[in-house]
Amino acid sequence: MSAFQASSPWRKTAAFLARFGLTGRALIIAVPMIWLLVFFLVPFLVVMKISVAEPMIARPPYSPLFVQGPDGWSIKATIGNYAYLWEDSLYINAYWSSIKIAFFSTVLALLIGYPMSYYIARSPEPKRSLLLLLIVLPFWTSFLLRVYAWIGILKTKGVLNAMLMKIGLINEPLIIMQTDVAVYIGIVYTYLPFMILPLYANLVKLDDSLLEASADLGAGPISTFFRITIPLSMPGIVAGSMLVFIPAIGEFVIPALLGGPDTLMIGKVLWTEFFSNRDWPVASAVAIAMLILLVIPIMLLRLAQSKGADT
Amino acid sequence: MKRSLFLPVVSFIGFLFLYIPIVSLVIFSFNKSKLVTVWGGWSTKWYGELLNDPQILGAAWISLKIGFVSATLATVLGTIAAMVLTRFGRVRGRGLLTGMVTAPLVMPEVITGLSLLLLFVAMEAAFGWPAGRGMLTIIIAHTTFCMAYVAVVVQSRLVDMDDSIEEAASDLGAKPMRVFFDITLPMIAPALISGWLLSFTLSLDDLVIASFVSGPGASTLPMVIFSKVRLGVTPEINALATLIVVVVAIGISISWYFMRKKAKT
Repeated sequence: MSAFQASSPWRKTAAFLARFGLTGRALIIAVPMIWLLVFFLVPFLVVMKISVAEPMIARPPYSPLFVQGPDGWSIKATIGNYAYLWEDSLYINAYWSSIKIAFFSTVLALLIGYPMSYYIARSPEPKRSLLLLLIVLPFWTSFLLRVYAWIGILKTKGVLNAMLMKIGLINEPLIIMQTDVAVYIGIVYTYLPFMILPLYANLVKLDDSLLEASADLGAGPISTFFRITIPLSMPGIVAGSMLVFIPAIGEFVIPALLGGPDTLMIGKVLWTEFFSNRDWPVASAVAIAMLILLVIPIMLLRLAQSKGADT
Repeated sequence: MKRSLFLPVVSFIGFLFLYIPIVSLVIFSFNKSKLVTVWGGWSTKWYGELLNDPQILGAAWISLKIGFVSATLATVLGTIAAMVLTRFGRVRGRGLLTGMVTAPLVMPEVITGLSLLLLFVAMEAAFGWPAGRGMLTIIIAHTTFCMAYVAVVVQSRLVDMDDSIEEAASDLGAKPMRVFFDITLPMIAPALISGWLLSFTLSLDDLVIASFVSGPGASTLPMVIFSKVRLGVTPEINALATLIVVVVAIGISISWYFMRKKAKT
């Protein structure tokens, strides 16, 4: 406040507030900070709190954490919901099944996405931008409708079966809809661009001279690929894989639309627990369990992204 | 020789994989028959049914309103967050803010939805606000996760931008606010526009979070679509999808045209 002027009431107020640390600068920082604290961080504390509550037939349907008894306030918490998740095989199975589906979808997306990213990164300029645009384009259309489109393709009397039977490859329709196969197709399809973009960003920076040096020193193309290209694109591989794996774990729409009643995924279990069983404490415990599962993948993603930014 | 054929073929199949569902939606929206495998001839009757469906039209209007308000709020908040993270130096709580800005991007939607709903219920019990759930709670939820996307987009623009012009302006005596509105804002405007459009799209498309935090009378378009397609293929929805694809294609072409034009000059 070097330009303090006694005549300006604005300045006076500002100077007064600044004595308590309330500068314009602090207010600007406070706006996004308070919004995210209230609507992002605090909600997790609420979930944690409710995950140790007991379900009750009340509004809201859970027991309070702080109870006022005859001798003051006391904390009433239970690990019953977590014990229930541990004991009921449904939750353990859903947990494992989510990990399995997310893992294999990630591997499939990597196997398709890597050659595509490599091809795009090596394409000459006008073509490269166009191909990238084609990768990003589906993002701007509705995800829900694109997943829905697969129902018409995969169902027993759908496009795929009709085509395969017409060319005589199969005699009876394949049962794909409402199986895990349909869920794999849906997840790979939806998250393939998430795999390709970080891989592309990494591969486009790949130095040709390293590949030439490797070839000059007598390495074949396959040896060069596994010993030079793959190790150098590791941050892209990890980032892309985590960007597929993390959302796939919590996916709800794809198993709900394409999967069958046997498709167990933790996101769908949480949804059912909340909307059908109306058991808020168990749903909260499922959410916390899912979050714990995601801690390591999220840390890996951070690591890969900071490494990718360095190079 | 082997490599030169392998890559284009795999990429071609990959692109087919990405576009076949969209193409099939467009084709079958014009199919007279309700069955996907039977071609009943060209028809626009599903478009007629779509435009006479008050449930879908009402939900679309609600979604557009929510998308507009959320995207605008998210752009303002996300831009402020990006400015704090790139231009304010080492302020207290910077690490916390970085974490809170990026975490919503990787948070599963079911968790975000559940946690916000539980917050709204707890807040209503404690302070009586927000009273009930509906458009307001969906707007708050969408603003929160969209501002993370805006912050990331704007932040990368701010990092790439040459800050010597801002420094020159403040050296010449411009106040921080003046520097921001006269210099920084025009320079990051393209990032703000893409952040707004991205937020609008994400808000319009969200099913999971909206389902958690919505209340009676505030069914968004994805919620109505989901309840319809759960029962199987609905040709009306194919028509809706085609309209969305057309709008997106026009929008992308326009921005592509302007980008090409700008690149040439």
